[in-house]
Amino acid sequence: MSLFFIVALPFFGALLPGLMNSAGRAATAGVTFTVTLAAFVGLLTNLPSVIAGEVVMARVDWMPLLGLNFTLMLDALGFFFALLILGIGLLIIAYARHYLSRDDNMGQFFTYLLLFQGAMVGIVLSDNILLLLVFWELTSLSSFLLIGYWKHLPEGRQGARMALTVTGMGGLAMIGGMLMLGQVAGSYDLSVILQNRDLIQADPLYVPVLILILFGCFTKSAQFPFHFWLPHAMAAPTPVSAYLHSATMVKAGIFLMARMWPALSGTPEWFMIVTTASLVTMVLGAVIALFKHDIKALLAFSTVSHLGLITMLLGTGTAFGVMAAMFHILNHATFKAALFMSAGIIDHEAHTRDIRLLGGLRKLMPLTFFIATLAALSMAGIPLLNGFLSKEMMLEEANHTVLFNMPWLVPVLATVGSLFSAAYCFRLIGHVFLGPVRDDYPAKPHDPNAGLWLPPAILVVLVVVIGTAPFLAEPFVKMVTASVLGDTASVPKAHFKIWHGLVPALFMSIAAVVGGLLMLSIFKPALRLWDATPRPEAKPIFEAIVESAVSLARAVILPLHNGAFSRYAAIGSITIVAAGYHAWSTGAISAPTYEMQPAGIVPFAGWLMLVAATFGMVMMHRNRLLSLILIGIVGLMVSLGFVYFSAPDLAMTQFTVEVVTIILLLLALNFLPNKTPIESSVLRRVRDTGVAIIGGIAAFGLSYHYMLRDAVSAPISEFHLANSYKGGGGTNVVNVILVDFRGFDTYGEIIVLSIAALLIFALTETLLGGPVRARLVNRKPDQLRAGNTHPMMMVVLTRGIMPVVLMVGFYIFLRGHNEPGGGFIAGLIVSIAVVMQYMASGFGWASARLRYPYHGVIGAGVLIAGLTGIGSWFVGKPFLTSDFTYVRIPPFEKFELATAALFDLGVFLAVVGAVMLSLESFSRIARQAGPDNSEHAMDIDPSRDDPARALDASAKEAV
Amino acid sequence: MELLVASAIGVLTAGGIYLTLRLRTFPVILGISLLTYAVNVFLFTSGRLTIGAPPILQDGIDAYADPLPQALVLTAIVISFGMTAVVVMIGLGAFLGSDDDHVDDLPGERSQTDESASEGTS
Repeated sequence: MSLFFIVALPFFGALLPGLMNSAGRAATAGVTFTVTLAAFVGLLTNLPSVIAGEVVMARVDWMPLLGLNFTLMLDALGFFFALLILGIGLLIIAYARHYLSRDDNMGQFFTYLLLFQGAMVGIVLSDNILLLLVFWELTSLSSFLLIGYWKHLPEGRQGARMALTVTGMGGLAMIGGMLMLGQVAGSYDLSVILQNRDLIQADPLYVPVLILILFGCFTKSAQFPFHFWLPHAMAAPTPVSAYLHSATMVKAGIFLMARMWPALSGTPEWFMIVTTASLVTMVLGAVIALFKHDIKALLAFSTVSHLGLITMLLGTGTAFGVMAAMFHILNHATFKAALFMSAGIIDHEAHTRDIRLLGGLRKLMPLTFFIATLAALSMAGIPLLNGFLSKEMMLEEANHTVLFNMPWLVPVLATVGSLFSAAYCFRLIGHVFLGPVRDDYPAKPHDPNAGLWLPPAILVVLVVVIGTAPFLAEPFVKMVTASVLGDTASVPKAHFKIWHGLVPALFMSIAAVVGGLLMLSIFKPALRLWDATPRPEAKPIFEAIVESAVSLARAVILPLHNGAFSRYAAIGSITIVAAGYHAWSTGAISAPTYEMQPAGIVPFAGWLMLVAATFGMVMMHRNRLLSLILIGIVGLMVSLGFVYFSAPDLAMTQFTVEVVTIILLLLALNFLPNKTPIESSVLRRVRDTGVAIIGGIAAFGLSYHYMLRDAVSAPISEFHLANSYKGGGGTNVVNVILVDFRGFDTYGEIIVLSIAALLIFALTETLLGGPVRARLVNRKPDQLRAGNTHPMMMVVLTRGIMPVVLMVGFYIFLRGHNEPGGGFIAGLIVSIAVVMQYMASGFGWASARLRYPYHGVIGAGVLIAGLTGIGSWFVGKPFLTSDFTYVRIPPFEKFELATAALFDLGVFLAVVGAVMLSLESFSRIARQAGPDNSEHAMDIDPSRDDPARALDASAKEAV
Repeated sequence: MELLVASAIGVLTAGGIYLTLRLRTFPVILGISLLTYAVNVFLFTSGRLTIGAPPILQDGIDAYADPLPQALVLTAIVISFGMTAVVVMIGLGAFLGSDDDHVDDLPGERSQTDESASEGTS
């Protein structure tokens, strides 16, 4: 099966459990199991190629310019991890089906689980490190959801948050490290990076890269001093703990260290950082684990300890170390998953995980006792079980490792770690299963059904098989080792054997087991000593750090971001000006290339009016109606300016937009207060004036400077002028640019406009559906209403003028391609014609005559424009390619038919619909409040006073 | 001429910024409208000022105003209408919902207006 399918299956499959949720728990678990099984089988189909030593690749170029390609690769290392993820995943799914209670939303659980599984498979199969980062972050997010699955438990939420914070922080560091690594190696593809060991290690960036990547790996794999999140993540349901902390999440960091091993390892820096941190982790985890009373907490710290062990083996930088690490990953995954599942069984049946409340379960749960004991003995390093083999290899490796020039240090620490490891395993067996049967269990323990004990039993079978016949696992582990090392020749020749002779590792092993038993015999005094020793608790420290980070962020952000819009606006203005000033003062300013053009009296008069109106607005803005009139003057002057400076299209657009904007603001002002009260202090007004003047001077300086100089590089306008007629078939270059050259932009713009209109409509609906409606209905107008709201003269005039305005709109639309005009302007003109009807004859009258709802008009517009664009696909051209031809129908003149006109029709309809929908929404608010619910166009209508004529008129209306 | 246009842009910007810094929605909306004018005119002038040569192709004439900024500003004008409408709607909705048209969200720092608002509703 293609690698794409293997990675995609869990992600797409994640949709299914949610859908199957109502079909029952068995169906939900079944579909999850099937999806995982499919991916698992798909992985196995690639086994022959992996055994043959090939690297299976699958590649899609995604963003090649950024070096980000969707490249997957499957070698023995990736296969090994994917096998663990999917294989143990299958067992976990079967186990979770029986573990979760009826109150748990199983669809949600399995959706999260599959997302996590997909992300993990993605990590181990990625060839591109940027892609790997994406999956890496996805595991952090999905594990957050899994750990916090029991949302009602505060421990679950806190544990999930802590895990996300720590691993997310590591992920950030890792992004930095990976980006730098890609720069150093010249490629983001692992296949290239792994070949460039010497180049990478000689680079001055090697140490930062190493530290950042290791930071990511250590946080993920819970290495000291980031080990503290893992025990808190135990608040998750046990299947999650078993999955995340045996085979997957925490192994991701180890996977990455193994993956990067050929490129990064072997230097003193690597050795020092990795070995030191991992030794501390190993010993510390083992010591703490011994004194934990919660079975899951004990297993969590033992996981921390074993992760340290594996990391140490990778840190030594020898081929034998890698082989031992790979072997221990396999062994640890089997016995630890089995142990977690056994802990879950005990919790499930005895309703407690507290070791002090347990004991004597051997007789009550013989099956669980058998499974858990074998797994625990394997973890303790007892011969004939798989943990013994890899632990021997670890001790052997430790024996040859010299840290800080002290040859005894690593072997002693390794033995101490193993000693405590054996001790907590014996404690687990001794204090939970052995001893007398008690009569005070929270619930009566008994062996569970097969759904719960079968998955760990399968793993324990593996534990025993590998333990007794290590030669079965040997070829596979060596194959994985070869793929980590990058070549087959350097794989150690040593065979996996139970009996190596009287080597030092054996004595260390015996010392550990015997010491472990002794430690258990003095457990009670040791525990008293442990409880009496003051030691730092990770959680309060973590929370204090988070708390201080939060208060630091508050101290920085609150002065800037305190909820006051005017403060943001002021800070933003000043910042923009400051940045501009920096560019101005550091850049080189060329000499003017344009002569200043002389200004006549008319432009000056226009300028004067604009400036006066703006000043008037600032001075008299408290009178809102007056400032609305003044802004109309400003808009008018801007339109005239466009006319004067050879932009007739712009002038027409500005002018018509001005009309609809003023109508809109008037409609709004109907409800807003008429006056703005004086609230700001004099000081504040002086400050704002200062900011405004600085901004104004900056804008003036920039535009004045700009207008007198040529652009740095030649503008593309010449192309448009030259090709407008030849290529676009129109002489109005502005319109041709809009509907042809940059038609796709325009298409996007009408969609934005339409969305704005729909947003206004939606807001209106929400307002009128809520308490605002009652308030509107009861609202008393703050001003006298006009006696005659719909004067007869205006009604008659607007109705008479309507066809004329529509004709003008039609004309403007048609001529748009060659003369000033086009869809935008025509749309605005037609909107004004319709708005006039609303204003003159009233909302009720006008909307009763509305044939097509404005949403439909908007939709039709966008659809027509889009279909015009799609039409060019049918002749094999790209989207929105235009075409035109000239036709002659006697007796008319020859005229042009262009597909661009059809596109322009779409623009026209979208503009009409959007403008009308916005204004109509405002009017609907007004209608709720006002008395204007009349069906009649005129308040005073002589024909209504005459009963006979009124009857006649209504009969006509009915027809 | 350039001086006139540049100073007009400056005045519009200054007026726009001042009104944007006011405390009530309506002046802020007007301020944003003034800034819109300023920005549109500024973008338009990036084609430099040309008098009496609209970009309508005619035989025998080969000097035209720069059409590209014009096309860009044309859609900008229409979009700014849509934006103004949305902002006005949000401001109106906020006012109708809370009887308060302040733009700043500063609970506790508005004792004076809270009083006036409660007077209005009582």
